[in-house]
Amino acid sequence: MSKRTEQPRDQRIDDALDEASGKRNRPTLKQEWPLLIFLVLMWGALWQDFSAGNLIFGALLALLVVALFPLPPVVLSGRINLWYCFLLLGWFILQVVAASVEVAYLAFFRRKKTRSSIIAVRLHTDSDLIVTAVGHVLTLIPGSFVVEVDRRTSTLYLHYLNATNAIKVARSRAKIHEIERRVIMAIGSREEYEAVRKIRTEIVDRQRGRGETGEEQ
Amino acid sequence: MELFLEIIVAVLLVTGSLMSLIAGVGLLTFPDLLTRMHAATKPQVLGFLLIFIGLAIHLRSWALVPVLALAWGVQLLTAPVSAHMIGRSGYRTKHVKRESLYSDELRTVVENASRSDDKD
Repeated sequence: MSKRTEQPRDQRIDDALDEASGKRNRPTLKQEWPLLIFLVLMWGALWQDFSAGNLIFGALLALLVVALFPLPPVVLSGRINLWYCFLLLGWFILQVVAASVEVAYLAFFRRKKTRSSIIAVRLHTDSDLIVTAVGHVLTLIPGSFVVEVDRRTSTLYLHYLNATNAIKVARSRAKIHEIERRVIMAIGSREEYEAVRKIRTEIVDRQRGRGETGEEQ
Repeated sequence: MELFLEIIVAVLLVTGSLMSLIAGVGLLTFPDLLTRMHAATKPQVLGFLLIFIGLAIHLRSWALVPVLALAWGVQLLTAPVSAHMIGRSGYRTKHVKRESLYSDELRTVVENASRSDDKD
């Protein structure tokens, strides 16, 4: 685990506080449009009616709702790659199937003897959004769920099912970083994306240098 | 074609229900709270998805798809949060069986934190 300076980050809920007056800034429409669109689509879905009139009425209601019940703005990265989002979704569904099979196996055959570990995984990212997304994805796919989060250092403490020896723990940690990589590829900020790509090419180069032996664990 | 679709619907619904069964069996057979949370979050998300797809095909209605997708999406968003909240409070109220853990990297962190709380 690499040491990192534990500076307070700029992407915090407190950002919404105005430093001079201490009052919370209202999120602007530019920050809130994804939420508004989601609310309008939800309205349409619940009525099962996507006609223009219904959507406009839904949009008015959405504006009313966000004006009455303001939330701290979710800081988006300003970058989204739909292809990687699609890949993430497909991979995610496969992993959910694998997770269910694994849990079924353990539930029927291992029963009370099921052992697990609580492991700390320090993510590379600084963004709350990515940490949350990684936490959600890893809870739904094989073996893990988040017990505790240390937001200052982006450290997730996971309960990892069936991680019963040091090799499995190390593999689990690598897997969480794999999830983080995929999420960053899909919705991470440009700097994080470039950093991830750079690490990726380095690993591939190293594996080629060793004559593909890197595949074996 | 009609028969073929009905067979798919049947398979989807039965597999989906099976997933809920697995979740239930997991709740009964796993040793402690944290392992049980796995049973409660994973199979039933997949079961939900399968049942939804089955329903959408059975009812032959595109208008239903957004509602079902919404319900599944909300499920994806809320299941991890509930697992996290239960797991977190369970860990802190000592409902975790230590002997079922191979290693525990959170323990020292929590102990340090509570020690510094005592000092204040």
